[in-house]
Amino acid sequence: MRARLPPLAWLVLAALLRSGGALAVDPTELPDPRLQARYVALTHELRCMQCQNESLADSPVDLAADLRREVREQLLAGKSDDAVRAWMAARYGDFILFRPRYSWRNAWLWGAPAVLLLMGAVVSWRVVRQRTTLLAGDDQPVEEDLPG
Amino acid sequence: MNRFLLPLGAFLLLAVVLAIGIKHSPEKGVIASPLVGRLAPQFSLPALSDPARQVRSADLKGHWYLFNVWGTWCAECRAEHPVLLKVQRAGIVPLIGLDWKDDAAQARQWLAQLGNPYATVAVDASGRAAIEWGVYGAPETFLVNPQGIVVYKHVGALTDDTWAREILPRVSAAAAGS
Repeated sequence: MRARLPPLAWLVLAALLRSGGALAVDPTELPDPRLQARYVALTHELRCMQCQNESLADSPVDLAADLRREVREQLLAGKSDDAVRAWMAARYGDFILFRPRYSWRNAWLWGAPAVLLLMGAVVSWRVVRQRTTLLAGDDQPVEEDLPG
Repeated sequence: MNRFLLPLGAFLLLAVVLAIGIKHSPEKGVIASPLVGRLAPQFSLPALSDPARQVRSADLKGHWYLFNVWGTWCAECRAEHPVLLKVQRAGIVPLIGLDWKDDAAQARQWLAQLGNPYATVAVDASGRAAIEWGVYGAPETFLVNPQGIVVYKHVGALTDDTWAREILPRVSAAAAGS
């Protein structure tokens, strides 16, 4: 049996596929698809220093284009992703990395979610335990609390 | 009692953490440069006054200099220009310009019109030298010591205040020490 999409779905799908190309700031295509995939991933996780809340891949400013050129050339020269990240951070600081590095300085950043989760778990465990002891201690039938 | 102490304690802890964060955050929008305390990047670029001549970082070693990144497309650079002229007149630290991704003819015209505060201007047509210096917007100014180490970076237009409070004391302290 063949699933048939309603016409509207086709329209939406077509619009989605087209908009991907229309929105792209960066037309770069590297010869090797694996290199291209790494290029796309890297330019998305490096910050445009001028706009600060956009990635290199999304930013139309000149400096972002210059930094994308660096990423492209370094990947073509055979550099690893980590080497490219380190090269960028040496010039622009860790701020350029949207994904913070694992280091003692950043430990609180990486550790905070786990600590908060643990705190939440402890609090909810205590609340649940308090309520169960309350229920256990309440040996009066519920009906007797009601007036009449 | 415990019911109120716990949230209050959590609130106070959060307030302390945020207060420390705010106190230690640098000026709004200014990002600390990893270059400060390290050797200035090497470069060899054509001079604005004569493209056949090269401006080399190696030639700048041995004395203090201010490395100023600018461009004629940059409005803030026009605002900072009078301060640069004052710095030049003071004659304490020479200004080395980096004309960043600019039209060389327009840049020469700019200096002819507004006055030239620079000892020499290097042309960075490709923008690669600016990236080596970690520049993300013009104007930016770096103070480099005789050993070639970047000791201070200022982002945005240089002001009389920055000159008097940040740059001059660093240079004169070194002059007094030697």
